[in-house]
Amino acid sequence: MNALVPLPVVLPLTACGLSLFIGPRLRMLHRLIGIGVLAAVLVVDIVLLVEADRGGPLVVHLGDFAPPLGVTLVADRLAALMLTVSGAITLIVLIYALGQDMVDREERAPIAVFHPAYLVLVSGVSLTFLAGDLVNLYVGFEIMLMASFVLLTVGGTEPRLRAGSTYVVVSLVSSLVFLAGIAVAYAACGTANFAQLAVRLAELPLGVRTLIEALLLTVFGVKAAAFPVAAWLPDSYPTAPAPVTAVFAGLLTKVGVYSILRAETLLFPGNRLSLLLMAVAFSSLLIGILGAVAQTDLKRLLSFTLVSHIGFMLFGLALGSRGGIGGAIVYTAHHITVQTTLFLAAGLLERRYGTTELTRLGGAARTAPLLAALWFVPAMNLAGIPPLSGFLGKLGLMRAGAADGGSEAYVLLGACAVASLLTLYVMAKVWNLAFWRAAPSQLPLEGTVLEDIDDDEDSVVAVGAGNGGAVAVVPATVCVRTTARVPRVMIAATVGAVLLGLSYTVLATPLTGLADRSAAELLARTPYITAVLGP
Amino acid sequence: MTVSLSLLVCAVVLTAVGGVLIHTRSLTRVLIGVIVCGNGVNLFVLTTTGRAGVPPLLYPGVAHTRVTDPLPQAIVLTAVVITLATTAFVLAMVYRSSQLTGSDFVPDDVEDRRVVLRAEIAEERAELRELHRGEGPRAWRDERREQRRRLRADRAFQARARDATGDLWDDILGADPPPPPIPARQENDPR
Repeated sequence: MNALVPLPVVLPLTACGLSLFIGPRLRMLHRLIGIGVLAAVLVVDIVLLVEADRGGPLVVHLGDFAPPLGVTLVADRLAALMLTVSGAITLIVLIYALGQDMVDREERAPIAVFHPAYLVLVSGVSLTFLAGDLVNLYVGFEIMLMASFVLLTVGGTEPRLRAGSTYVVVSLVSSLVFLAGIAVAYAACGTANFAQLAVRLAELPLGVRTLIEALLLTVFGVKAAAFPVAAWLPDSYPTAPAPVTAVFAGLLTKVGVYSILRAETLLFPGNRLSLLLMAVAFSSLLIGILGAVAQTDLKRLLSFTLVSHIGFMLFGLALGSRGGIGGAIVYTAHHITVQTTLFLAAGLLERRYGTTELTRLGGAARTAPLLAALWFVPAMNLAGIPPLSGFLGKLGLMRAGAADGGSEAYVLLGACAVASLLTLYVMAKVWNLAFWRAAPSQLPLEGTVLEDIDDDEDSVVAVGAGNGGAVAVVPATVCVRTTARVPRVMIAATVGAVLLGLSYTVLATPLTGLADRSAAELLARTPYITAVLGP
Repeated sequence: MTVSLSLLVCAVVLTAVGGVLIHTRSLTRVLIGVIVCGNGVNLFVLTTTGRAGVPPLLYPGVAHTRVTDPLPQAIVLTAVVITLATTAFVLAMVYRSSQLTGSDFVPDDVEDRRVVLRAEIAEERAELRELHRGEGPRAWRDERREQRRRLRADRAFQARARDATGDLWDDILGADPPPPPIPARQENDPR
């Protein structure tokens, strides 16, 4: 079984090589490779999850070098759970992207960019979940970031470059801080392996340990978009294509949350910075959701809700109790799914009406009832309406907070309640503006056909029957293609995402049980350490 | 563990220089800043290898206490390769940005400007209120009108920035500025 551990990293990378090798032709083959490989990865993830749950962490020393020299990959319960959720989500988003013809539009490009970059992204995310030492975590982050740079600026249009420049610079700076953190940790402990660090960090003087912890938490906080370092997120995510935004919002921030979980439980037990984490969680919760209240663009609004809900997970982490960490794990799984689904639904709206600006949308519940339903269910799930998984996650966190009983925990409980209510308010606002009110007169109700008129000029004609057949010639890379009938594949993928979100309700008992066992394993620390270093 | 001071000083200086460059507006300078800063951090990682001048190798006849640690060097190699890749990407981005806009400057964020202006005006109001304390609100009506005019002008400016034309399609598709003249294409151009 241990041989399966590297597969989530290796398979997508191999598929990426194949994709690049095939080139821009043979679209069907690209699709088969992408979907086949991601489905295989999902199966491997599920097997890993079952195995890790039954027999403790699975460890692979690549090249049979024992730690501290070798590269270690570890799949314990938490890593396998995150892998499984991310595998399901990446598969769904890939199907959605294929439905959106993202790949077809690159016919003119010298190489098809989307497929290879997406596969590299999946590989990087898997590596960060499996990494057993700091250096590989860094490498996983960097693989993920390089792919995300490409995906974020796909097409190279001006708004995407502007958004991308913010994102790229912030990411690079955080990577440099991470490298400095690795250097300090290595200088202090003589190893970068998590299991060895966990043993040796305990012997260090308090100041050095806190310095390492602060450096790592800063980096992971930037990746997770916790409040004081979250300003880059709402500026950079919304301009990307819908599937890209969806997978970024779902996964990339949660990779940061996962790293904080791993570091706080394994490397720095005892939770001495819990007050700081509480403050960060508090400000993320409130400031994020207040930012969402102020937005009129659906994608930006969802980005701000993302910042806000990172606060829930950090709250569970800051409690540091078994209940709190278990609640944070459940909430992470739920939030990956729901946030991705919401962005996919926003992408469907954009596909149908050509915009996500709430002031221009309207009447969607009448003209596109299926889209309305697909948006409504995850929106209520995010706000935490029972019996959906958002409610279960929030309930678990709040019970853990009440069990903690400290005054800070009760303040945070209040913040969680306020953030949930404001999320509900924001979602209701979107519902009223985009779906429920009468349609504005300027809506392009008929489908718009965007087609290349001249291959050389890179230009596209937009014919909008909705506003008197106006013709605008714009560069091909900025086209938002609207069609009266949204492609069935996109709908099917979104339905799949919604159902995945609903399945957490049905599977609530196994999921919470698993999260609880993961939390116990994380807090015990010994299973991980003995699995890596041997008894 | 002994640490070579010269490496450490170099690392600090390079990181500081890179940090200053990253805070500039031009993307090219930001890129150079990232490279310089990255080199500084790499040197910092190298300082953890211990004493300079001894081999990072274990072979017969070498005392185990007289080797440097090879692992940080491997880490630095990895980091150097990653920096190379990111540099290539950012260079492409700078090139594309200058192609589209004629400059590589990172533009202002519209929303930031609005927030800043509101804060400025709130401060000015507080000052005026202090100044005209006890004279009633009519005494500084003109200044208030002026402030409102500034806010309105800014709102109008931003509305223009968001959708300049009022033409729905241009707005939805995000009309770009006219592209710069493309040089004559070569015969063997793969495009």
